[in-house]
Amino acid sequence: MATILEESGFSPDRKLKIVGTNPIKHDGPDKVVGRAKFGADLILPGMLFGKILRSPHPHAVLKSIDISKAEALPGVKSVVTREDFPELPRGTQWGNLSRNIMAREKVFYEGHAVAAVAATSESIAKKALKLIDIEYEVLPHVIDPIEAMKPDAPILHDDLRTKGVEGAEDKPTNVVERLDLAMGDVEKGFAEADVVIEREFDSQPMHQGYIEPQGCVASYGEDGGIEVWCCNQGTHAYRDQIAAILETDSSKIRVSQSEMGGGFGGKVGFYIEPVAIVLSRMARRPVKVVLTRNEVFRSTGPVAATRSRIKMGATKDGRIVAAEAELVFQTGAFTGSMFFNGPMAMFTRYALENIKTVSYEVVSNRPKVAAFRAPCVPQIVFGVEGIVSELADKLGMDPIDFRLKNAAEEGYTTLYGVTFGRIGFVETLEAAKKCDHYTSPVPEGHGRGVAAGFWFNRGGDTTGSLTITPDGSVTILLGTSDVAGSRVSICMMAAEELGVPLDKVRAVLGDSSALGNNRVTAGSRTTFSSGMVIIDSARQAIAELVKRAAEIWDVPEEGVVFGDGYCRPSSSNVGEFEPLSIAEIAAKTSVSHGAISGHSEMNVTGEGPGFGLHIVDVEVDKETGRVDIKRYTVVEDAGKAIHPQQVEGQYQGGAVQGVGWALNEAYVYGEDGRLQNSSFLDYRMPVASDVPMIDTVIVEVPNPKHPYGLRGVGEVPVVPTLGAIGNAIGNAIGVRPQSLPMSPPRLLELIDKVDNNGGNGS
Amino acid sequence: MAEEGYVAPHTVDEVVSLLVEAGGDARVMAGGTDVLVQLHADLIEPGLFVDIKNIPELRTIAAEAGGFRVGAAVTSMELVDHEAFNAAWPGVVEGVALIGSVQVQGRATMGGNLCNASPAADSVPPLIAAQAVAAIVGPGGPREVPVEDIITGPGQTSLDQGEILVSFLFPPRAPHSGDCYMRLTPRTEMDIAVVGAGINLTLDDAGTCVAARVALGAVAPTPLLVAQAADALIGSKVDDAAMAKLATAASSACHAISDKRGTKLYRIKTVGVIARRAAEKALERARKN
Ligand SMILES: Cc1cc2nc3c(=O)[nH]c(=O)nc-3n(C[C@H](O)[C@H](O)[C@H](O)COP(=O)(O)OP(=O)(O)OC[C@H]3O[C@@H](n4cnc5c(N)ncnc54)[C@H](O)[C@@H]3O)c2cc1C
Repeated sequence: MATILEESGFSPDRKLKIVGTNPIKHDGPDKVVGRAKFGADLILPGMLFGKILRSPHPHAVLKSIDISKAEALPGVKSVVTREDFPELPRGTQWGNLSRNIMAREKVFYEGHAVAAVAATSESIAKKALKLIDIEYEVLPHVIDPIEAMKPDAPILHDDLRTKGVEGAEDKPTNVVERLDLAMGDVEKGFAEADVVIEREFDSQPMHQGYIEPQGCVASYGEDGGIEVWCCNQGTHAYRDQIAAILETDSSKIRVSQSEMGGGFGGKVGFYIEPVAIVLSRMARRPVKVVLTRNEVFRSTGPVAATRSRIKMGATKDGRIVAAEAELVFQTGAFTGSMFFNGPMAMFTRYALENIKTVSYEVVSNRPKVAAFRAPCVPQIVFGVEGIVSELADKLGMDPIDFRLKNAAEEGYTTLYGVTFGRIGFVETLEAAKKCDHYTSPVPEGHGRGVAAGFWFNRGGDTTGSLTITPDGSVTILLGTSDVAGSRVSICMMAAEELGVPLDKVRAVLGDSSALGNNRVTAGSRTTFSSGMVIIDSARQAIAELVKRAAEIWDVPEEGVVFGDGYCRPSSSNVGEFEPLSIAEIAAKTSVSHGAISGHSEMNVTGEGPGFGLHIVDVEVDKETGRVDIKRYTVVEDAGKAIHPQQVEGQYQGGAVQGVGWALNEAYVYGEDGRLQNSSFLDYRMPVASDVPMIDTVIVEVPNPKHPYGLRGVGEVPVVPTLGAIGNAIGNAIGVRPQSLPMSPPRLLELIDKVDNNGGNGS
Repeated sequence: MAEEGYVAPHTVDEVVSLLVEAGGDARVMAGGTDVLVQLHADLIEPGLFVDIKNIPELRTIAAEAGGFRVGAAVTSMELVDHEAFNAAWPGVVEGVALIGSVQVQGRATMGGNLCNASPAADSVPPLIAAQAVAAIVGPGGPREVPVEDIITGPGQTSLDQGEILVSFLFPPRAPHSGDCYMRLTPRTEMDIAVVGAGINLTLDDAGTCVAARVALGAVAPTPLLVAQAADALIGSKVDDAAMAKLATAASSACHAISDKRGTKLYRIKTVGVIARRAAEKALERARKN
């Protein structure tokens, strides 16, 4: 049997009954009324409360830790420090991970965990933390990535040597890696250009801003078995990494998933689970650890701060002929920013032949950067799309026409060597040009900007099972976590395959022992990949239904066809039989022949790249620098919107997160290297009234490699945001900002500059 | 530190004796939207919370001496919903209606906002502009203090040990009077003022400004009553020239610092703008009254 990957069965003419509709998602009502169970919601008998002590210094040697007074406090059941974790080699993946979770030789950022306590109440645990004596030798620190690159900068890891530089000196540095990605001949390209624009840009980290702080309950059993209940973007990744840093077997660890109060990449990696496990091991009782928002800001990953210099050239007739970039990514205290996505994706969507990029990843005394929707891409595209719009302007071309003229299409080979199959960038741009927002004139006093974005979309290791119960309803077991409504979309695809109403199909999220390995839910892969294995499983179940119908009728299997939830004779030659429903076959044979099921595991490939274009209208208060987003439209190719409202939610959510990043979100560090705005009151994430209703246009250029044409919609919606808002502000005030966030004080400064010198240049 | 306790007495006298008895280890709690947040952030560790919401006197809005008396523990939402008070003091209501969200306003009180003594407290500039007087009761008996004399520094008030704020007295309203409070925040809501301005002015029948008070928030360690800014308006027709003078006076009065919420320069630049805009609105209201 050809696997689903070789033959997706995609047909544009297929009549769909369920896919493409907007049913209420099964996990929705419990979330609305507050009954959904999140990371902090599990309560076990005898459970203790864990609290983590954090460094007040951004950079210091941890000289000694005295826990004796804390241990003596009544109600304290265990206290852990670095001594209680295996010592793994420095500078390695697991050595870094382990040191990020519990500091060993040094603390690398304010908020770095140095000890933890489990006690019979949270207030006792908090009191015990105050009884831990720590001797620090405070070291000079560095927050800014460019400062961190300087030769005399304080060094975080004295064993670090830059990767990717030949013949480099053998001396400590904060530069983790240099990456060169290039194609064609930029010099030749720039020589052909009639217009060349070169600008420098910078961006600040933003926090993923999930509403649910990390929370878990861990129980270390008497046999060494470990159970962990937590909110996570991948049970298998958690399990295997916990096994690695605690030096135990993956089979002994069972990670279950709660509902997710948002992750956005920030729950791909963990912070508290190993601490809770070790606390539990030593106390021999279950331990719950839940972070406060303050801890979330001080110790969990934001996105990378960046500096970039970008240069692009175009000919008079509107062809971009060369692009060059130098990029710096700040990864926080440890490597792992996935900075390579930046150079790979920054120009991808334009059919460029000549590209040269040099990128650096740099450590500094801030929390380790974590993934966020399209990691390391939007903050670089902020610059690229600024220049693209400026080029269009200089050439007197409409910004969408200019992008259309340069749009990548099927057959284009990217900087990273992949040749595009059927993609929908052109269709997306055409839809944007036609949409109501773009065809409406810019209201008096407003500024308008557009920007485009791209994301690879992902596949990867995925498993899943589907079982038909004896009453003919359907259960699905998923190995991926559901961060944004993937369950309902996957159930819809299964219901479509089986021809049963959606209400008959329910999906549960399996724990890490229930199924084989699944890659984390990230990169817009889950509805695509888990959907694929469940469709495959459904088709296996259908084959079994056909087999059993044939047996019931005593006819050859070829004589039975399946459609719309029934087995029927393939023709009257087979015999006169009443169609058999799934429920009838299940009732007749489940006991005698075992369950009817399907199970699939594959390394899913065939992901279809996604493209989007955002249109933004803003009004800028020229006396205060405040920006009011007046109108916002997201146009994006979904391939196929399985559940259009869910897709819309992704588009809108991406835009809103971009609004915050663009306008006000930023970390404020004091001279002392301490974070000053670790609360939502002062870390200015947008509130509902800060954003207008985000309009959406769902373009559907099917991905031929997926049975329903799906691409993936989690990352693209955030990619163009910063560039589009920047371009709209530039249009409104006469100068295009180059620094993020475009906060009122910064804009007022720019506005004053424009007023003073007539608005030329930036 | 004592274990945390909680009491909710029914009279002012009980509160005062509890506070005296605890000798500094007790905290008054009105809505709790400041103190509970501070407790959770480990900024305070009181042995006793004295809840004042069950004291009728502190929960009433009543007409008095041609003006209003408003209990210190009246919530923002109760003020927002009070029609007569709204008609007289829309600027004060603007201040309380900017505190947090609707949920926060269901608990937050003006008394708490004042006694928390943040330089950025939103109800304080309009209270000062309104010339409201705070009624205080303590072990030494009652006393009355203009609102502008309550806050002495960030988190500091002129209330003595054992004293509580009982109510605010608002003076009667002259014809052609109007007030307004505006603030500048990067976000639309759930944000703390980068600068704020409360303006209260009265016109004569010919439209000349005969009385004005201007109070600024978030531009100094305490909210400021700025006489020079008021002088810019008094005697004028509140025309563009007067507005420009008002803006300049407001900017000059600004002793701001740069902090996580805004830079010094930005505050100086914008406080004049916000004062002018608030004055424009107050003027519009005065002309209608
Ligand atoms: C999410 C959020 C958003 C907020 N946004 C704003 C905002 O936009 N603008 C703003 O100004 N504030 C804001 N605040 C702060 C707070 O809500 C206000 O200061 C509120 O008015 C405090 O009132 P309360 O009754 O809750 O005070 P409480 O917390 O009960 O008390 C505050 C302080 O005053 C003392 N106190 C209270 N009443 C008396 C009294 N009668 N006599 C003596 N002392 C007393 C208490 O001991 C305490 O020190 C916000 C708070 C939160 C949580």
